[in-house]
Amino acid sequence: MFAAAMLAVATTMALALARALLGPTVYDRILALNVFGTKTVLFIAVAGFLFGRPEFLDIGLVYALINFIGTVAVLKLMHYGELGWIDGAGEHDDL
Amino acid sequence: MSALAFDALNVFLLACLVVTGLAIARLRGLFAVAMLSGIYSLLSASVFVLLDAVDVAFTEAAVGAGMTTVLFLATFGLTRSREHAAPHQKRVPALLVAVACGGVLLVALSDMPPFGAADTPVQTDPITERYVETTHEEVGIPNMVTTLLASYRGFDTLGEVVVVFTAGIAVLMLLGRCSRERAEDES
Repeated sequence: MFAAAMLAVATTMALALARALLGPTVYDRILALNVFGTKTVLFIAVAGFLFGRPEFLDIGLVYALINFIGTVAVLKLMHYGELGWIDGAGEHDDL
Repeated sequence: MSALAFDALNVFLLACLVVTGLAIARLRGLFAVAMLSGIYSLLSASVFVLLDAVDVAFTEAAVGAGMTTVLFLATFGLTRSREHAAPHQKRVPALLVAVACGGVLLVALSDMPPFGAADTPVQTDPITERYVETTHEEVGIPNMVTTLLASYRGFDTLGEVVVVFTAGIAVLMLLGRCSRERAEDES
């Protein structure tokens, strides 16, 4: 059962990678990166059970946090064009 | 079954790494390259997890997929985000350097013990047994890896901290100069 789940996760990873390679717009690639991060979380979780190390589940949870913060930062950069860290810090601190 | 699945997953991940690396080398739009390098580091993190190196994998994901992507994009905000193709006469030396480095790495690889070998120095040397048995009494920290890093290898860790501290100071000096110049321009 875990092998079938792993096969599905690997297929989705390959599809997300194909979307990141093909594009065509910037948002396709951002979405591909986000999907790939989510698939990495699933990959670690399923691999933990598949190879008898279910304690890897905790590590997958931390990856989900990194992925979320990374996507928010990328989208904020796309929106404002910069991180607002040179002299505009604190003007629109919306995080 | 499990060993077969392990091998198949490794082949799949390494094949994805090769595809991503080739795409990074060929693409000229740097935004796509930043996204693909994030995917590259997530893939390497998965490989590290499969090899039971979860701490390395975690650092790779946090720095490679998280921090570096954001830093790349912040840089594109200040510079251009398209790469000029290198002229042909510059490509040949670059290819030679890459092939030479790869060859050296392959030669070095032949000296390494096979994956999971039981007779490596780490497994057979008596010092391993000594650390496993006495670190708890000598230092008293429950985690053995932390004991080794913070106590027995204390000077090594001190050197690493000095490097990181120096890098932080350098970044602060650069950023501070940037904002000072801007403040002078405005006043």
